[in-house]
Amino acid sequence: MSHLLSILTFTPLIGALILMLVPKDSKGALRSIALAVSVVNFLISLPLITGFDPVATANGGMQFLEKTPWIAAGPFQMSYHVGIDGISLWLVILTTFIMPIAILSTYTAVEEKVKEYMICLLLLEVGMLGAFISIDLFLFYIFWEVMLIPMYFIIGIWGGKNRIYAAVKFFIYTMVGSLLMLVALITLYFKAGGGDFNLLRFYEVSLDPATQTWMFLAFALAFAIKVPMFPLHTWLPDAHTEAPTAGSVILAAVLLKMGTYGFVRFAMPLFPDATARFTPLIATLSVIGIVYASLVAMVQQDVKKLVAYSSVAHLGFVMLGVFALNQQGIAGGMLQMLNHGVSTGALFLIVGFIYERRHTRLISDFGGLAKQMPVFATIFMIVTFSSIGLPGTNGFVGEFLVLLGSFESALKPWAIIATSGVILSAVYMLWMFQRVMFGELTNPKNQVLKDLNAREIAIMVPLVALIFFMGIYPRPFIDSMSPSIDRMIAQTKGKNRVAQLQIAPAAAAPVQVIPAAAGAAPAADPHAGMQMPAAAPAAPADPHAGMQMPAAAPAEGAAQH
Amino acid sequence: MLEYVWLIPLFPLIGVLINGLFGKKIKNEAVIGGIATLAVVGSFVVACGILFQLISMPGEERHFEKTIFTWIQSGTFKADIGFLVDPLSAVMLMVVTGVGSLIHLYSIGYMHGEEGFYRYFTYLNLFTFSMLLLVSGNNLLLMFVGWEGVGLCSYLLIGYYFHKKSAGDAGKKAFVMNRVGDFGFLLGLFTMWWFLGHNYNVWTINFRELASHADLIPAGGVATAIGLFFFLGATGKSAQIPLYTWLPDAMEGPTPVSALIHAATMVTAGVYMIGRMNFVYIKSPTALLVVACVGGATALFAATIGTAQNDIKRVLAYSTVSQLGYMFLAMGVGAFTAGIFHLMTHAFFKACLFLGSGSVIHAMHHALHHVHSDADPQDMRNMGGLRKKMPITFLTFLIATIAIAGIPGFAGFFSKDEILWQAFSNPLHGEVNIVLWAFGAVAALLTAFYMFRLVFMTFFGETKLSEKAYHHLHESPAVITIPLICLAILSVLGGYIGMPKLLGEVLGGMPNYFEHWLEPVFAYSNNYMAHSLPGAHGEHSPALEWGLMGVSVLIACCGIAFAYALYIVSPTIPEKFTSAFPALHRAVYKKWYVDEIYDFCFVNPCKALGGFLWKGFDVVVVDGIVNGVAGIVKGFSGILRYSQTGYVHNYAYGMVLGTVVIVAVYVFR
Repeated sequence: MSHLLSILTFTPLIGALILMLVPKDSKGALRSIALAVSVVNFLISLPLITGFDPVATANGGMQFLEKTPWIAAGPFQMSYHVGIDGISLWLVILTTFIMPIAILSTYTAVEEKVKEYMICLLLLEVGMLGAFISIDLFLFYIFWEVMLIPMYFIIGIWGGKNRIYAAVKFFIYTMVGSLLMLVALITLYFKAGGGDFNLLRFYEVSLDPATQTWMFLAFALAFAIKVPMFPLHTWLPDAHTEAPTAGSVILAAVLLKMGTYGFVRFAMPLFPDATARFTPLIATLSVIGIVYASLVAMVQQDVKKLVAYSSVAHLGFVMLGVFALNQQGIAGGMLQMLNHGVSTGALFLIVGFIYERRHTRLISDFGGLAKQMPVFATIFMIVTFSSIGLPGTNGFVGEFLVLLGSFESALKPWAIIATSGVILSAVYMLWMFQRVMFGELTNPKNQVLKDLNAREIAIMVPLVALIFFMGIYPRPFIDSMSPSIDRMIAQTKGKNRVAQLQIAPAAAAPVQVIPAAAGAAPAADPHAGMQMPAAAPAAPADPHAGMQMPAAAPAEGAAQH
Repeated sequence: MLEYVWLIPLFPLIGVLINGLFGKKIKNEAVIGGIATLAVVGSFVVACGILFQLISMPGEERHFEKTIFTWIQSGTFKADIGFLVDPLSAVMLMVVTGVGSLIHLYSIGYMHGEEGFYRYFTYLNLFTFSMLLLVSGNNLLLMFVGWEGVGLCSYLLIGYYFHKKSAGDAGKKAFVMNRVGDFGFLLGLFTMWWFLGHNYNVWTINFRELASHADLIPAGGVATAIGLFFFLGATGKSAQIPLYTWLPDAMEGPTPVSALIHAATMVTAGVYMIGRMNFVYIKSPTALLVVACVGGATALFAATIGTAQNDIKRVLAYSTVSQLGYMFLAMGVGAFTAGIFHLMTHAFFKACLFLGSGSVIHAMHHALHHVHSDADPQDMRNMGGLRKKMPITFLTFLIATIAIAGIPGFAGFFSKDEILWQAFSNPLHGEVNIVLWAFGAVAALLTAFYMFRLVFMTFFGETKLSEKAYHHLHESPAVITIPLICLAILSVLGGYIGMPKLLGEVLGGMPNYFEHWLEPVFAYSNNYMAHSLPGAHGEHSPALEWGLMGVSVLIACCGIAFAYALYIVSPTIPEKFTSAFPALHRAVYKKWYVDEIYDFCFVNPCKALGGFLWKGFDVVVVDGIVNGVAGIVKGFSGILRYSQTGYVHNYAYGMVLGTVVIVAVYVFR
């Protein structure tokens, strides 16, 4: 049992403590220390990738486990119980990867209260990492709330003109959701008959559909606000526009993923019947989100707001993929979470670069920058096309798998509408790009703009490299996720059916059609995935083989724990 | 040699990396242009090697797949980075690398002295790479990668002069309209994959595997859906009704780009795709009928617009749209070979025409520049009499024009005549055939007319330039004329490999090499057609075929004569005509107002809706509720606040009141 995850999570906390000792006027030292801490933390996180075993089945696939009793108040047993599987692994890496970039971007952007700013950023990292690695639900809730506070300060203190409104709106929106989630969480605890808050144990609890419905709604509301899903998204454009660059980057890259991660990890597998029941609703809201946010993004005059709305659209794709509840959909959704972190994070950095130079974000104030800033133009263009989802960039793989997965599932009509999102994203992104970068360089203020400096290029290079890497060779990501995704699907679909059996046995006839024409379908076809008949093996032995989990609940390795 | 198929796209990619990363530092135009051109020539050499090896193999064995690595694998879905060489992709590889090499060479001369020379060649190489990926990818998704990649390069190259707003607009329009098509392509891919996988457990997007399972696709419904989805993709990429309007605007790009991307290669991707998926289309007469009708209608419609344009490149652009319509007409009547054949011959003569127009524009630009005139160097009304000053450009242009007009002996004749004949005689569409043929025939008349109108206005008659400017007109340098000559030769000879059977017999049993070559690719469809359609065996009399051939030659001659009468004999007639029917001329000149209609129907409503959703729904409704709740809470707290006055006597009064109430309750209960 290693302590890698704990070291990872609390290194930023130690960094924050060190920063407290540094005089607040030595800004250089403060920045360097914060950067060093975040870089070290990124390096610490790398062994997670190499040490991760995708095919492990023990403990529900959770690895790097740590478990220590923490609070024992009468019947309440909260423990410090952490671990990661293929789903959380990459979100942890995304967090540690994006932090140094975010911190490096603040070097010239933030000159006031640098010490407090850096401390906030590092504390934020603690909260985000903690939330991704928690297996104990109570611990998750604590980290979930911990994230909120530094972000509130980052927006409220270092934000733009309307920062107080935006910060309070962000805080209250999120708080409303979290409180309901807390109620549901405690109810769940009692339904499970006390004991500890171990998520893996909760997975085994069978709840009647009515209870599930209410608890799902409570969880889903908290997560849907965070995602954010239409129509709960209006805090996002405000928060993004007012937040400082680093805040926007982290907000987009990581915080929003808390919502989608919450669905994958908690809301769906815990409440399978409710998930099945609300899938059409959520898919509808996701698709509305895609189209709606794209249309609204199209008419924005503020670049940052445009990017914020594009976030809503991208997250709509993630939600659609996740609720397709098959290997392609969820893998696509997970990839899209990472892609969105990279691409939209990069977009916010880009907006930050020009804002620092011109102190405006209005599209109409720009035009013709490509001539003045060729390096910037190239990077901006790559990121723009990544956001549009051009093949060869990361955005394509995720978007494609999401659409493919949802097309394969029962969500076909939704998938068709969502596919039209590929047109709209091109419209609003290219129109924005054209108005900012192309045309005559008429504004005299733009004629003296300097191209990116070495620090700024250093910020963007890792992101651009990742854009291409994930676009051309996404297999390391998909391969390490797919067993965990299979498990999640089995959990959600399998339990779902068990519960259905209790209500209406007749309705539980196997849905999967086993191909009768075996001659027509070559059994040796390596591309053919397994459509498992009735008795499925415990867990996929081959990480590449996708499994359409059958009707029968699989005997999960975790079930015996 | 087949083993090295991956070298074909690799060479241009290396060119992209060198010029993209270091081009700015290299500065030397000869080096940059040389690297880019050599990369494509390298691909051409490999492609030739592959072609010869294929030829040396027996017909049914002419296919080869090479998988490099697995790109995406998720559950039952798998997509490789892999290449497929078969007769069809070999033809496309030859066209792309062959014509591509010539155009790269030409570009060195044409783009001389341009700012961003390296950027141009980086994009051009990137385009070649994507196009080669498109035609040699072994699965639908890799084809889609190339498909989007060429769209990107088209965007970048149309917007090459990005400081011009019109160029930026045109690039964006091209990309967005292509995306509308991509929407269809993706849905086609999804449906195809899901249908075979879900029903038959054949989860594949690999072309050869799909083709080997073609029997599983039932005739009708699903095939129609898949076919129409893919065809929507094709209408975007290949500029067919209703998505053709981006192509004329795409002329904002440098002229060699128009030649390479918007004439010879990219826009033919849709035709290639239908050829590749022929086994699906053949299952759906409905889809084929749609393809044929859209193709025929586009051929005619674009040709009408071509007759009234004055910009030399715009005439050629509409001509391209029209010729692409012919190719789709061929595909739609099940004459896949004829469609691909026309694709190839068209690549030769249309590239020649575009490059020739580039040579003219180049010369005009210099001449006008010398006399400080700001007249438009692309407007044919400023030209005239250029044949004396630019003999090579003139001759090559004339040859290509004769080829496109469909005069016997030149490449365009063989392919166009074959399409018209197939449109007339195919067994698929019954009564509609005659309409399809008529569309094609009238379009042929218009084609001959507007192309010769172009030639007469540009090269014949008296020059409209000032004497001084005319004096400064010069023939282009060899780097420009050599590609012209090569393409002109191909515009003549290219047709003879696809000699129609009838003509071949007359000329001493010359076989149709091209049809024979593509036979293995379309064998399934041809067999299917022969077995499932009653009229397939019906022999048409040679007399009828000869007759139709005569008619189409006559039509072409009429068009030419008409143009001659109007623009050489009495040049005042066109003006009289336009003043007699101003509304008609205006409508044609304004491209039948299609752009305006699209703006009215799609673009503006979308913007208005976006604005409403933002200002109306987001701000008023959602935030209204959110802020309203906050306001209500604040309001209540404001009322409750009055009880918290901070005065002791108020609280004491309250305590007394409370005590009285409690006591009262106890006493009177």
